[in-house]
Amino acid sequence: MVSPLWAWDGLPLAVVLSSFVPGVLIMFLREEQTLLRNTLNMTGALAKVGFVGLMLQGVAAGASYEWAFEILPGLELSLAGDALALLFVTLSAVLWLVTTVYAIGYMEASRNRTRFFAFFSLCVTATTGIAMAGDLFTFVIFYEALTWATYPLVVHSGTPEAIRAGRTYLAYTLGAGAILVVGAVGFEVTTGTVAFAAGGVVDPMAVEAEPIRYLLLFLCLLVGMGVKSAIFPIHGWLPTAMVAPAPVSALLHAVAVVKAGAFGVIRLIHSLFGIEVSWEMGLTTLVAVLASFTIIYASVRALAQTDIKRILAFSTVSQLSYIALGVALLDPLAQVGGLVHLVHQGIMKITLFFCAGVIAQTLGVKTVGAMGGVARRMPLTMAAFTVAALGMIGLPPVAGFISKWYLGLGALGAGAPWVILVLLASSLLNAAYFLPILRTAYFDEPSESWSDPWPHHRLEADWRMVLPAVITAALSLAVGVFAASDWSPLGWALLIVERGGL
Amino acid sequence: MTPFELWSTVVIFGPLLASVVALSARPALLRAGLVLGSLSALVGSAGLWRAVILYGPGRHLLGGWGQPLGIELWIDGFGVAMLAVTALVGALTSLYANSYFGDLSELSVRESPAGRGARFFAPLWLLLWTALNGIYLSADLFNLYVTLEILGLSAAAIVTLAVSRQATVAGMRYLLVSLIGSLLYLLGVALLYVQYGTLSLEGLAAIGPSGPIPAIALAAMTVGMAAKTALFPFHAWLPPAHAGAPAPGSAILSALVVKGSFFILVRLWFSVYGGGSPEGLVLLGVLGSGAILWGSVLALRQVSLKRLIAYSTVAQLGYLFVMFPLLIPEPGLWNADAWTGGLLLAISHALAKAAMFLAAGNMSYAVAQDRLTAISGVAHRLPMSFFAFGVGGLSLAGLPPSAGFVGKWLLLRSAFETAHWIWIAVIAVGGLLTIAYVLKVLRYALDRDEAPEDFRPVPRRMEWAAALLALAAMALGVRALELVELLLVGGPFPW
Repeated sequence: MVSPLWAWDGLPLAVVLSSFVPGVLIMFLREEQTLLRNTLNMTGALAKVGFVGLMLQGVAAGASYEWAFEILPGLELSLAGDALALLFVTLSAVLWLVTTVYAIGYMEASRNRTRFFAFFSLCVTATTGIAMAGDLFTFVIFYEALTWATYPLVVHSGTPEAIRAGRTYLAYTLGAGAILVVGAVGFEVTTGTVAFAAGGVVDPMAVEAEPIRYLLLFLCLLVGMGVKSAIFPIHGWLPTAMVAPAPVSALLHAVAVVKAGAFGVIRLIHSLFGIEVSWEMGLTTLVAVLASFTIIYASVRALAQTDIKRILAFSTVSQLSYIALGVALLDPLAQVGGLVHLVHQGIMKITLFFCAGVIAQTLGVKTVGAMGGVARRMPLTMAAFTVAALGMIGLPPVAGFISKWYLGLGALGAGAPWVILVLLASSLLNAAYFLPILRTAYFDEPSESWSDPWPHHRLEADWRMVLPAVITAALSLAVGVFAASDWSPLGWALLIVERGGL
Repeated sequence: MTPFELWSTVVIFGPLLASVVALSARPALLRAGLVLGSLSALVGSAGLWRAVILYGPGRHLLGGWGQPLGIELWIDGFGVAMLAVTALVGALTSLYANSYFGDLSELSVRESPAGRGARFFAPLWLLLWTALNGIYLSADLFNLYVTLEILGLSAAAIVTLAVSRQATVAGMRYLLVSLIGSLLYLLGVALLYVQYGTLSLEGLAAIGPSGPIPAIALAAMTVGMAAKTALFPFHAWLPPAHAGAPAPGSAILSALVVKGSFFILVRLWFSVYGGGSPEGLVLLGVLGSGAILWGSVLALRQVSLKRLIAYSTVAQLGYLFVMFPLLIPEPGLWNADAWTGGLLLAISHALAKAAMFLAAGNMSYAVAQDRLTAISGVAHRLPMSFFAFGVGGLSLAGLPPSAGFVGKWLLLRSAFETAHWIWIAVIAVGGLLTIAYVLKVLRYALDRDEAPEDFRPVPRRMEWAAALLALAAMALGVRALELVELLLVGGPFPW
């Protein structure tokens, strides 16, 4: 019998390499070799989606993947493809594909595209590595690599503002990264292992013997993970980093980098300490409270912004903490809600950033006040924006509703009804900062200062930027409407929790 | 002839012969000397690597000649690892030097002041290489002294090859420090010989030196070697000398030469003295921490490219001394992670620092200046050098994937294992400071979108040499298994 394609052991490596190889090759291209560069990019992105598709089939059929390479005696670069890893990998792979199309259109007239696309691919490589890291050592390698690979993208424009933002970004992420490495090595020495395992690897007896040591280790790791997940008070880099080009904000600062942090929090609570041990140490409460505070605080901050990208950034800070909140509650439904929001938030937020980017690029509109008439000038883009914004607020049947529903159910199950209040308050605040944008765009008079007043293309803007936004908006609707399917993010999150938890 | 005898002969006499060949001013012979030296070092160290893995550490006779003519060698994993990294850095730096000094076929060029550097760099460097290889294989204190002296003299001479007053002054200062260091070392050797009547490392280790006179000897030798290694607070001579030398010379001095005296310190403290005194180890660790912090702060304040990199060497050497207290947490025990981690950092520093000095050499070669402000925009014309500098800096800062990262992981692990909390903070903070000064250079190089106008084209080979060294530092971060195995052959206490 011929074994199915998904039975190939090398798939995890193939997924990582499918963005690494194009990234490295692109570095050697000259600026004007646009066609070759785009071909490399698209080939890599399509190949990655293909490999991930195979792994999805495999995992659904009960297989699991492991690939390891010894770096030091006893320490391996270990890639594992289980259901949880695939949740994040699938999100990154699919969104990388659409963002590549978007970026090719967006960056058309920009300088230093070779550098941009090379590092963009490296960032995606690091993200997939984080998703599939089979142990803490591998996780740290990719997590730290993601930090330096993102820096050139943040400072891409080279303006003094971008350089300052880059410095802030590095100060936060590398500072916390150093603490993460210390925590990781400490964890290895204390527990004797760096492996991730469902239910955790920490021995509850050992925690009782040395509670302070374990507490400090948890806090070190939490700081390391929390910085990318933008948990208060280490969220400050994210709004600043919005000076990066739109595709970077869209994929990296709404999805890849920040999800790496959120995913790290999941790994910390579920794969290292284990939810029971974390709960007994009172640390899940700490995470839940911090996350809840971040949700409210960032929403309030978003209200005060006028720049659209900054509103979206604070909204990201707020929405990310839903994930941390969900996985920190001792209830399977809450965990499903947190996991599924990892995907839902990604799809919705990338749509919003795509739209903001194309509006800024086409019309030069960057603030809420200037949005007047945009809906008439760019109806498709605004439709996509609207769907995603309503989803963020939590309106059924868009994706965000599903997340909030499960989070709410889980909060009740975990005996933490106050979480419902947080969710409600956050939804109201979301509405308070998203609805004015919609109102202005649909009902106010057009501004005189658009850089491209009437479409001279047949479409409202470059199709390469409009199409990705429309696709992801459609996806945000679809994952909500078809949430009951086995192949929806919700179905997959339920599968993860059913298969023995996180 | 055993493989040990064969390959140790190749690795010592190859560069020596090459140095004699390169004494001729004929360009073809200069080149032949560099090729011969590089090949013999590479092949010889590879052969020794294989042999020491297969047969373990041991005592051998150079060339197989017996006493009284013969010179005894001690060949173990530590020595061979240093030989191998020296061979790799040396070969690529030789490739670089061959283009750096320009076309020597014109007699007028050879007779010019700049031509002096071109004529004498190769023979001096090959002599230096011979001395380094000798240090890594020496089995007794006297041979160590001889090779150390050759090392110091040829290194100081290389500094003065740069045709500038500052370089000459720096070179003279370096020579003085180096001589004082050697004299202190010799004093220690004499004291030990008077006390025990032997100079063999193995013999002394078997006796186990203890008491006041051996302690004074160790102190004298340590101060001497610390001065040569530019351990804080003896570091002031290093930045002008390393920054003043011609670019390939800077790479050799910073990446390799300081490792020679470091090697002797490790041999003395652990292999011979069995750990010395715990207080002494902690003192060395404290000085190392001081170096990390003070060196980094000074690096951040420099306005000249090569000075910045030179101060970074002061800082990075500090890590190697943090290894000392971690290696022996309590008498009678030694920590393997501290050993492999500390030495991996030494090796990754050799690769990364050579890459960075060569890359910086390319940048200042292109704009004919060494100020940081002068290199603005150079990244667009020299992307490969920029890449080499960045990747080298990554390894220096201990960010993955790089040899620096795995080295720091192991060193941190040993600090946790031995519950030395303060060193953990030092290691972590040092990494962040490193990022700050590496980034400073990268920022200047990217500063403008246009390349500078008066731009001298840089030969491709010089760009490749820097990039390959940086890639080697990165590759070692992906696969350090074999090197760690090698370092554990014999370990710190081979006897």
